[in-house]
Amino acid sequence: MNVVVCVKQIPDPAGTMKLDQSSHNLVREGKLILDESDSYGVEMGLQLAEQAGGGEVTLVSMAPNSETSGLRTALAMGAARAILVSDPGLAGTDALGTAKVLAAAIKRAEPDLILTATESTDGYTGTIPAQIAELLGMPSVTFSKKVTISGDNVTVERQTEEGYEEVEVPLPAVLSVTAGVVEPRYPSFKGIMAAKGKPVDELKVTDLGIDGSAVGASGARQEVTAVTPAEARKAGEIVTDDGDGFQQIISYLERIKVI
Amino acid sequence: MALNTIWVVVDRSGDKVASVALELLTKARQVAGTVEAITWGDASSIAGQVGAHGATALHTVGDTGGGLAGPPVAAAIAAKISSGTAPDAIFLAQSYNGRDIAGRLSARIDRPVLTNVVNLAEADGGLVSEHAIFGGTEILNARFTADLPGIYVIRAKSFGAEESGGGPAAVDTWEVPELGATGAARVVASHVEETAGPKLAEAAVVVSGGRGLGDAGSYKLIEDLAKLLKGAPGASRAIVDAGWVPYSHQVGQTGKTVKPTVYIACGISGATQHMVGMKSAKNIIAINKDQEAPIFNIADLGVVGDVKKVLPQLIEALQKRG
Ligand SMILES: Cc1cc2nc3c(=O)[nH]c(=O)nc-3n(C[C@H](O)[C@H](O)[C@H](O)COP(=O)(O)OP(=O)(O)OC[C@H]3O[C@@H](n4cnc5c(N)ncnc54)[C@H](O)[C@@H]3O)c2cc1C
Ligand SMILES: Nc1ncnc2c1ncn2[C@@H]1O[C@H](COP(=O)(O)O)[C@@H](O)[C@H]1O
Repeated sequence: MNVVVCVKQIPDPAGTMKLDQSSHNLVREGKLILDESDSYGVEMGLQLAEQAGGGEVTLVSMAPNSETSGLRTALAMGAARAILVSDPGLAGTDALGTAKVLAAAIKRAEPDLILTATESTDGYTGTIPAQIAELLGMPSVTFSKKVTISGDNVTVERQTEEGYEEVEVPLPAVLSVTAGVVEPRYPSFKGIMAAKGKPVDELKVTDLGIDGSAVGASGARQEVTAVTPAEARKAGEIVTDDGDGFQQIISYLERIKVI
Repeated sequence: MALNTIWVVVDRSGDKVASVALELLTKARQVAGTVEAITWGDASSIAGQVGAHGATALHTVGDTGGGLAGPPVAAAIAAKISSGTAPDAIFLAQSYNGRDIAGRLSARIDRPVLTNVVNLAEADGGLVSEHAIFGGTEILNARFTADLPGIYVIRAKSFGAEESGGGPAAVDTWEVPELGATGAARVVASHVEETAGPKLAEAAVVVSGGRGLGDAGSYKLIEDLAKLLKGAPGASRAIVDAGWVPYSHQVGQTGKTVKPTVYIACGISGATQHMVGMKSAKNIIAINKDQEAPIFNIADLGVVGDVKKVLPQLIEALQKRG
């Protein structure tokens, strides 16, 4: 059971995110970290490989620079190796371009199963899992909450608007994993030390046989025309509860005629 | 009219058309001369509603045979486009099915996608999209530079749904090309988790709880208050992830978008991903013990206090009023 987990390395969301004034791309300087959303896929991949009694987890990541700190976190959790596609020409790549790069890199690992998150923290297009599946000619199940493998088939509990549905899908397949469905393990000291020696295969876009014009800002075939501050909501009244906070809420609900 | 034709993918659950689909149809007919709808499953049962919102035609890919909507709908649309009938734009909902269809379609026809669209305007004969970024503090406008059609994935409640007075849409079936492995996923069972009372996405009053409730048992305070106000209970992702309530309760970027008359946030910090799902509420009330909590920046009434004190008092007072 070989699993590929797509992991995105992103600027720390706890910091302030900003757009570059001229390119309108998200500023990605400084250290990048493992997108927390992808830590669930890593954990699930490790569990599924363990349950299958063998096989490895390979990470696949794309970044404009050769940043590996986020990958090291996932390697320390237990992934065996990583493929990193890093190329300055990738700056400004859109979802479809990213999916083309990831799909080509995934093919090299010949996995039985591919996991992604349902959406990235900084890009959140949420289309990449289906794009990857289509490019690879595979079935996909997005918003997976629970995944059970039996032989060449997977049963997935897929989140829906009203609840969930049970979906059966043959391998190989692409699954996007919903956040919070497994508890990502903390890397142990041993894991962190071992991660330093694990192989990270660094590739350029051309190594994947992808034409440079399919990626980057020109490949995105879309442009930002303006970025403006949103109309701010008027700050309201803030009161401190001295035992009559509930009364203030009741008066407010009366005023807006909800009660 | 800036555009000639827009195709709108009509998301549905059985015979129930998703309300977002009616919103997209309404917007489409404001910016294009012709609006056609695309769906899966039985079309005749929804042709009236779809037509009443402005679509002249309703194309269905037919029964998916238990398969997910993404592969057949994307493949049928792509086949139509490659046979020479392309619209100017395709609208889809930022929903589970909408995202699947948009992703597969974009890969099939090699066109980019604009996602998380919250508004659209005509400019220079085309469309400019609007996206709320950084938790809605900034608005980004974008447009395609590629050949048509542009694929737009649009968030629910970005537009109002209004009837056009049109008759039922003319129904026909679009052939689905051979899907091969891509169509192999099969739905074998469906489970509904929604609670009694008004639906979260449509309720006039939403009472949501977050990690500040402290424990799963305290969520009952949220349910009791929601019930007294004839509203729906909601949640932040933190307590959904913690397993206190099912996903169907989640409000926010990955959850539901709500636009109630009043939204009451209890023990919720106000993370950007939560706010995009509720900041268009008409009135916002927040209870949080931290006066620096970001939720207070958008609250009309903020109560700095302990939810475990304020909520029981509020519930008791409302019960007394009967
Ligand atoms: C890609 C992505 C998508 C996401 N999608 C969503 C989404 O759809 N919806 C969503 O909600 N989140 C989403 N999140 C998560 C989001 O970033 C926050 O982590 C989450 O909203 C926090 O939930 P919370 O406010 O309940 O918890 P916290 O941030 O922990 O806040 C708890 C609050 O309770 C207050 N508090 C504590 N005790 C009390 C008390 N006794 N009385 C009163 N107040 C108290 C604290 O002061 C604090 O402000 C997403 C994140 C990512 C990365
Ligand atoms: N640059 C990237 N490298 C690796 N995986 C990615 C990258 N971008 C997106 N993904 C994967 O695709 C998912 C959906 O991304 P998005 O469509 O941006 O919301 C992410 O959560 C990741 O699992």
